[in-house]
Amino acid sequence: MNMLFWLPIFILLSSFLTGLLIFFLPSHKNGTRAALNMIGAGLKLVLVILVSWGVVHGEEYETRFEIILGFAFLLKIDHMSLLMVILSTALWFVTTIYSIGYMRGLPNQSRFFGFFSLCVTASVGVALAGNLITFFIFYEILTLTTYPLVVHKGTEESLRAGRTYLWYTLAGGSILFLGIVWMNALLGPVDFAQTAITAQIAKSHTAELRIIFATLIAGLGVKSAIWPLHGWLPVAMIAPAPVSALLHAVAVVKAGVFGILRVVFDVFGVTLSTSLGLLGPLALFAAITIIYGSLRALQQNELKKMLAYSTVSQVSYIILGAAATGLTASTGSLVHLIHQGIMKITLFFCAGIIEKTLQIRNIDELYGVGRQLPLTAAAFTLAALGMIGLPPIAGFVSKWHLALGALEAEQTWIVIVFIVSSLLNAAYFLPVLYKIWFKVRLERVPEERVGLAEAPGLLLWSTLFTAALSLAAGLFASSAFSPLELARTVAYGLKL
Amino acid sequence: MILNDSSALLAWLIIIPLASGLITFVLGRISYSAALSLTALSTIFISLKLSFIMFDLQDESGGYILHLLGGWERPVGIALRADGLSAMMLFTNSVIFSISGLYSLGSFQSVESNQTAQSPVYEKAAFWPLWYFLWSGLNAAFLASDIFNFFVIFEVISLSSIALITLSSKPASLYAALRYLFSTLLGSLSFLLGVALLYSMYGALDTTLLGQRIENNLTSRAAAGLMIAGLIIKSALFPMHFWLPPAHSNASAPVSAVLSALVVKCTFFALARLWFDIFAVLNMQMTAFLLGTLGCLAIIWGSLQALRQRRLKLLIAYSTVAQVGYLFLLFPLTARLAYSGNGWLDETWTGIFYHLVSHALAKASLFLSAGVIIFSFRTDTIFALRGISRQLPLTSFALALAGVTLIGLPPSGGFVAKWLILKAVVSSGQWWWIPFIILGGLLTAGYVFLMIRYVFKTSTVTRKRSPVSRALEVWALLLAVISLLVGFRLEEPLQLLRTGGYF
Repeated sequence: MNMLFWLPIFILLSSFLTGLLIFFLPSHKNGTRAALNMIGAGLKLVLVILVSWGVVHGEEYETRFEIILGFAFLLKIDHMSLLMVILSTALWFVTTIYSIGYMRGLPNQSRFFGFFSLCVTASVGVALAGNLITFFIFYEILTLTTYPLVVHKGTEESLRAGRTYLWYTLAGGSILFLGIVWMNALLGPVDFAQTAITAQIAKSHTAELRIIFATLIAGLGVKSAIWPLHGWLPVAMIAPAPVSALLHAVAVVKAGVFGILRVVFDVFGVTLSTSLGLLGPLALFAAITIIYGSLRALQQNELKKMLAYSTVSQVSYIILGAAATGLTASTGSLVHLIHQGIMKITLFFCAGIIEKTLQIRNIDELYGVGRQLPLTAAAFTLAALGMIGLPPIAGFVSKWHLALGALEAEQTWIVIVFIVSSLLNAAYFLPVLYKIWFKVRLERVPEERVGLAEAPGLLLWSTLFTAALSLAAGLFASSAFSPLELARTVAYGLKL
Repeated sequence: MILNDSSALLAWLIIIPLASGLITFVLGRISYSAALSLTALSTIFISLKLSFIMFDLQDESGGYILHLLGGWERPVGIALRADGLSAMMLFTNSVIFSISGLYSLGSFQSVESNQTAQSPVYEKAAFWPLWYFLWSGLNAAFLASDIFNFFVIFEVISLSSIALITLSSKPASLYAALRYLFSTLLGSLSFLLGVALLYSMYGALDTTLLGQRIENNLTSRAAAGLMIAGLIIKSALFPMHFWLPPAHSNASAPVSAVLSALVVKCTFFALARLWFDIFAVLNMQMTAFLLGTLGCLAIIWGSLQALRQRRLKLLIAYSTVAQVGYLFLLFPLTARLAYSGNGWLDETWTGIFYHLVSHALAKASLFLSAGVIIFSFRTDTIFALRGISRQLPLTSFALALAGVTLIGLPPSGGFVAKWLILKAVVSSGQWWWIPFIILGGLLTAGYVFLMIRYVFKTSTVTRKRSPVSRALEVWALLLAVISLLVGFRLEEPLQLLRTGGYF
């Protein structure tokens, strides 16, 4: 059996089959379900580590099914897929642990974990896709499998949020579909990283290519929450905390951004996009989103909503970095894909813990959380400081590269955008930290919560782990196995 | 053209269901399950064999199988003709009829065990013969190559469909059946007039002979117009769709399933046959454009109506009106044959019929699921779906999966079809269809998730529920899964559709 062919499929199956099995488990079998979940997540992690080792040593994993009429299914693992696949697999593992703790005692668990596994299958599929069609297939499966998670509570409010989510994502999907079909009609099935083929028709089809680029980006922009297509993200906050964490850090938003990176780097190529004048407008939209998201985050009182707007802003860093062009900026952009994920998932884990143990959702009620949940609060603080860009946390590394890259590319205005945004980040995160640590609860702590020193083990440990990861990613950024190093390899591969 | 031993298979596809119909009619209740398994297995086997034969023929140009009934040469005798498309349709037909038939067996059993019932035995005695006549008629339609035969077959199909609708013995279904009867008779009349005109002019009924003899003149055009008009009434193309929603929503679940999945499609199939076999000479650009436009209006109108419905089966029936609209894009997209670079013709042909097949599977599954819900809760308002993800998990899955195919989301047959159609539209430069296709997809998502929303809704009241055999749920789910699976293994079915095709 040819492992180079089958491994990508096994990676997908490890969570897909887990998901199917879980669907058919009776609701009360919590132990079996947890075991299945952990086996699936662990197996996937092992496979991904195996594959990463192979890719780094020059193996080419490729699963291709040629189908007639320009239809080709292709899974291919390059360095860029590695970036996304490592992110989603590692964070899925942690989130599974967290969710087992979080969902304990809640109804419909089999349904929840079933879709949870399918959702990760889809996001890994997005990472492994080797051409636009395959990418689109998993991109849409992602929409379908996250919907049941968003509406999981089944209340009228969450169903409404689910409807908003669907309208945005499905409309975006249709636009993206049109772009992909058009591209395919022009060029036939083209794999990623064959930008030369696109460049060949640049002279004869300039206008068409511009429109296709706009269509693709508009379609992908919905999931990556680019202003003005970001409306669904704050609404989808209604989902259970681990789902929000997954949506923001790993799956949906990241799939959108990853798609944009693929389009810019691997479909059009930086050279062609620049010469067609496509990156300027993209950068402008990203910059608007960064500032807009931060400003909106400032106005929020609900903690998860604030985090959602913070995501809107942070994710566009990645796009802006890619649009700035140049080796350093692209490195920063790619590494922020991972760093933002680790930090944001920590923040959402903390918000989930605070909501679950203290029933606190709003920022102005956070007084004294630092005393009741010291470790959780510490994790939150670490991740928040990282988001602002404080050394030596992960966020600093990516922001440093982004700003440096913008300077190298002689785009001073982008540096200004980064600085303003960092100030705004500080402006909405620091007051929260202040409330958590330095304010005392005005009213007395309710009886039943007095004894609660910390969150339940599973929740706490997974949170502390991701917090530690975001510190480690910053501290050991220069080691050979850091996300930064991987991002740098990808950026070199782009031959900028 | 190939005439060989295997050509007798074609006749068996018509004879076997017909014989089963007669057996169940004469022998009555003992023979139901035996007749069903016999017919199901043999028709699936034969159509599969036929598909393999066609698949092997793909390299030869214009590969198809011809069978002369009783060995009589045309124009005296009757010829049956099968190409790749026929094989595909026949296979789909046997799969859907078999699974819906198993569902009917199960549902008759549930009804008998559940209630004292007025006269289920009578209903059953009438149901099975009609069921097999319909089955046989549809198989014949996909094999016909003679315009008068088409007429006769359509009469068999319409009459048995109408009788099947009335079997659910509600006042509403009688009324709906009557409306269906009048509309379809009007269609038949119009079609027959066209047949008569062509016969009087060219003295032939066989499609191949007519294709050779036809000239582009006023009479031919009038005949074409009459026949097309007749067929679009029967295919329920907007604005002639008015009879469909009541008829399809008031029949019993398996009958609705085959009506929506197959019966409206067989007339479209005939239209495609006549269009490319006979009318190609007439070069009807305007008509093609008109049919495409009506198709697009059907997509929008049907979807909007589906969104307004509060009864599950009506919603599904209006969805058929919308989905049938996509099929009619076949004509404008292939109309400019003379123009250069015909790469998209292939995509149009395969895309349209892939859509037809995957929609048939998904739609049958939806109607069967709706049947399960009606059995359980004795109502088919959409609100009955509230929280069924816990009570009827398999049915919820079936609804969701069939919905995915309808919307055309990956991975499903519907997605492949939409991909091919959209690509053909883009390549042919007929960009004005694009908004309809995209909007149609979104509206479909709108009404599919109208149903799915309720599935996820938590319901605090535990409702009274009659027990439903798990088998019924499984049959519905099976069809939905097949509609998804045809999106995975594409190469053979797509290749099959091209065999003996026109491009």
